[in-house]
Amino acid sequence: MVVLENLRIALAALRANGMRSLLTTLGIIIGVAAVVAVVSVVQGLQHLATDVFEGVGANFLHVEVNQDRPRGPGLIAKQVKLTAEDAQAVREQVPGIRFFTRIAAGSAQVKYGERRHQPGSVMGVDEAYQDVMNHAVERGRFLSRLDLENHRKVAVIGPKIVDKLKLGRQPLGKEIYVGNLPVTVVGVMETKGEQLGTDLDDRVFLPFGTALELFGRAAADRVEIDVQAATTAQVDAVRDAIRRLLRRRHRLAAGRADDFRVIVQDELLKQITGFLSGVTAVVGGVVAISLIVGGIGIMNVMLVSVTERTREIGVRKAVGARRRDILLQFLIEAVALSLAGGVVGLALGYGLGALVVAVVPAHLPPAHVPLWAIALAFGFSAAVGIFFGIYPAGKAARLDPIEALRYE
Amino acid sequence: MAALIELADVYKIYDMGAEKVHALNGIDLLIDRGEYVAIMGASGSGKSTLMNLLGCLDTPTSGNYRLNGVAVEELDDSQLAAIRNKEIGFVFQTFNLLPRTDALHNVELPLIYAGMPRRERRERASQALERVGLADRMHHNPNELSGGQRQRVAIARALVNDPSLLLADEPTGNLDSATSVEIMELFNQLHAGGNTVVLVTHEPEIAQHAWRRVNLRDGMVLSDLPTEQGGGPKAAAMVGATSETSAVDPAATTDAGAR
Repeated sequence: MVVLENLRIALAALRANGMRSLLTTLGIIIGVAAVVAVVSVVQGLQHLATDVFEGVGANFLHVEVNQDRPRGPGLIAKQVKLTAEDAQAVREQVPGIRFFTRIAAGSAQVKYGERRHQPGSVMGVDEAYQDVMNHAVERGRFLSRLDLENHRKVAVIGPKIVDKLKLGRQPLGKEIYVGNLPVTVVGVMETKGEQLGTDLDDRVFLPFGTALELFGRAAADRVEIDVQAATTAQVDAVRDAIRRLLRRRHRLAAGRADDFRVIVQDELLKQITGFLSGVTAVVGGVVAISLIVGGIGIMNVMLVSVTERTREIGVRKAVGARRRDILLQFLIEAVALSLAGGVVGLALGYGLGALVVAVVPAHLPPAHVPLWAIALAFGFSAAVGIFFGIYPAGKAARLDPIEALRYE
Repeated sequence: MAALIELADVYKIYDMGAEKVHALNGIDLLIDRGEYVAIMGASGSGKSTLMNLLGCLDTPTSGNYRLNGVAVEELDDSQLAAIRNKEIGFVFQTFNLLPRTDALHNVELPLIYAGMPRRERRERASQALERVGLADRMHHNPNELSGGQRQRVAIARALVNDPSLLLADEPTGNLDSATSVEIMELFNQLHAGGNTVVLVTHEPEIAQHAWRRVNLRDGMVLSDLPTEQGGGPKAAAMVGATSETSAVDPAATTDAGAR
C-alpha cells in the first residue's frame, strides 16, 4: 500500500520535472541501450555460428595451409604447400576417417549461351563432399567415383547458378562453360542459403582432377582437406594422426611450427564464442562505467530534489510520516528514475541492434535479445537506483522536521 | 480523567557550543480536552519551542510531557510520528501545502501515513474540505487558491484524522485582516464543535478569540488567565498581554490549568 502510494508520489515528482528527469537518466539510457544493442548483435552472431557448425556436425575436421605463418626479414618465403599427394596420404594412412574430400578452390566465369556469371567459387572436390559437408544434391546426382577417376567434364551446380544462367526447369544435361572448359550439368545442389556472409548456393563443383586441369597444376599444391571422423570420440585422434603424418611429409623438425592447420569444428566454435564473449565483456565494462556515471547523475539530482523539497519533507513529517516513509519515498523515486532509464534504454538498444543488422551489408542474423539481458538491464538499473539513491533518501529521512519546516 | 496535555517542569535547552540556550525554563501547563488556548509571547519567549514540543516535533530536555496520558519524552522517532499523525493537527503560518498537489490530495496526506485505503481516504478528505467550506475547490492546486482558501485547506488537513489537538502557529500571520477574521471564525466554530485548539500568536486581537491565554516570557509562564470569552475580565486580559511584569503566581497557573 505504502509502496504503491510512494510510487505514485515518485512518478508525480518525476513528471513535474520532466526535462530534468530525462537528462538525469541519460547516462542510464545510454548504458542500457549499449549493452542491449551489443548483446543483441552478439547473441545473433552466436546463434548463427552455432547453426553453421551444427550443420557440418561435431565430427568435422578441416585441414588447410597455415597462411599466417610468420616470415622473418631476409628469409625467402618458402612456398607453403599442402599437396594433392598429402591429401592422398591422409586418406590412405589416417585411421578413423569416415568421409574424406579434397578441395581445390578457385574462381572462373561460367557461361551458358550468351549468359555469363561469376560464381562465388568453383571447387574441385571428391565424391564424398556431400557427406563431409552434409550438403546434398537435390536434382540429378553428385559427382561419382567414375567422374573423378576419368576426370570427366561434368559439374554439379548450386541453385543460384541455375538462376543466373537461366538454365530453366531442366538444367540437367545442359552444357555450360566453366572458364574455357565445357562441362555437362549432372546435378543441382539443395538450397542452403548464406552462412557468415558466404552464399553456399553460388558454387560450382567439378571432379577434383577436372578442376586441376582448369586451374592448372599450381592448384594441386594448395588443396584443402575436409574430413568427417567416424565418431566424435575419434576427432582428437584423427587430428593428431593428421598432424603427425603431415609433419613427417613436410619434414618439419621438432620444435618447428606446423605449416598447416587442422581445425576442429568444436575448437572453431569455441574460438568464435570466446571472441564474442570477449566483445561482450569489454562492452560490459564500458556499460558498467556508464551506469556508474548515470548513477552519480541520479544521486546528484536526488540531492538537489531533497534540498528543494525540504519544506515538503517537513510537512510530511509533521503530519505523521516516519523516517522510513520518507526514505522509501525518495528511494522509490531514485529507482523509478533509473528504471525509467532502463526501459527507454532497452527499447533504444533493441532498436539500435535491429538497425545495425539492417544497415550492415554482411547478412547478419536478426537481433536477438535474450531474456537474461533484459533482466540484467532492469536489475542493473534498479541496483544503480538503490545504490545511488540511498544516500540522498537517507539524508531526507534524517531531516529534523522543525528545521525542515522552517527552511526557506 | 487526566488532562489532555500535562507539562510538568519542562526544560528545553539548546546546546549552541559556547553557550546553552534555555528556550524553556521550567514550564508547568495543563490543558483539558475542549479548551481553546492562546499561547502568547514576544519572539524569543519560547512559544515556538513550546509549540514544537506540544506538537511532538521535539522532546523536552528534561521534565515530563504527557499527551492523552502518553509520556511523549519516552517515545522514539517513529512513535512520535505516529502520535503526530493521530493526535495532532498542525496549521502553519505559511500554510505548508504541497505544491502542484490538489487540495484533496493535500488533505489526504495524513491519512496516507495512517495507512487508510484510498477510497476511504478520498471520502474523509472531501468531507473535511466540505467542513471548511471548500467543497468546490477540491481539485484546485494551492497556486490556484487565495491565501484564506489555502489556510482552509491546511485546516481541513489538520482535521481530517480527527486529532485530539489542533495546533495553530500564527495561522493568520500571512493573511489580510478580513481573511484573518474568517479563519478565526472557523477556529471558533471548530472549538464550539468540541475540538481542543491551541493557538500560538503574538497578536492580541487573534488571541482574544481564545478562552484562555498563556503568556510566556524567557521560557517561563508569565501569566495564565481566562480571556473575556472564557469569562475573565476584559481589562485584565489586555494588561496581561502587554504590561504585567510581576512574577506569575504559581497557584494561579495551577488553578487555571486544573480548571
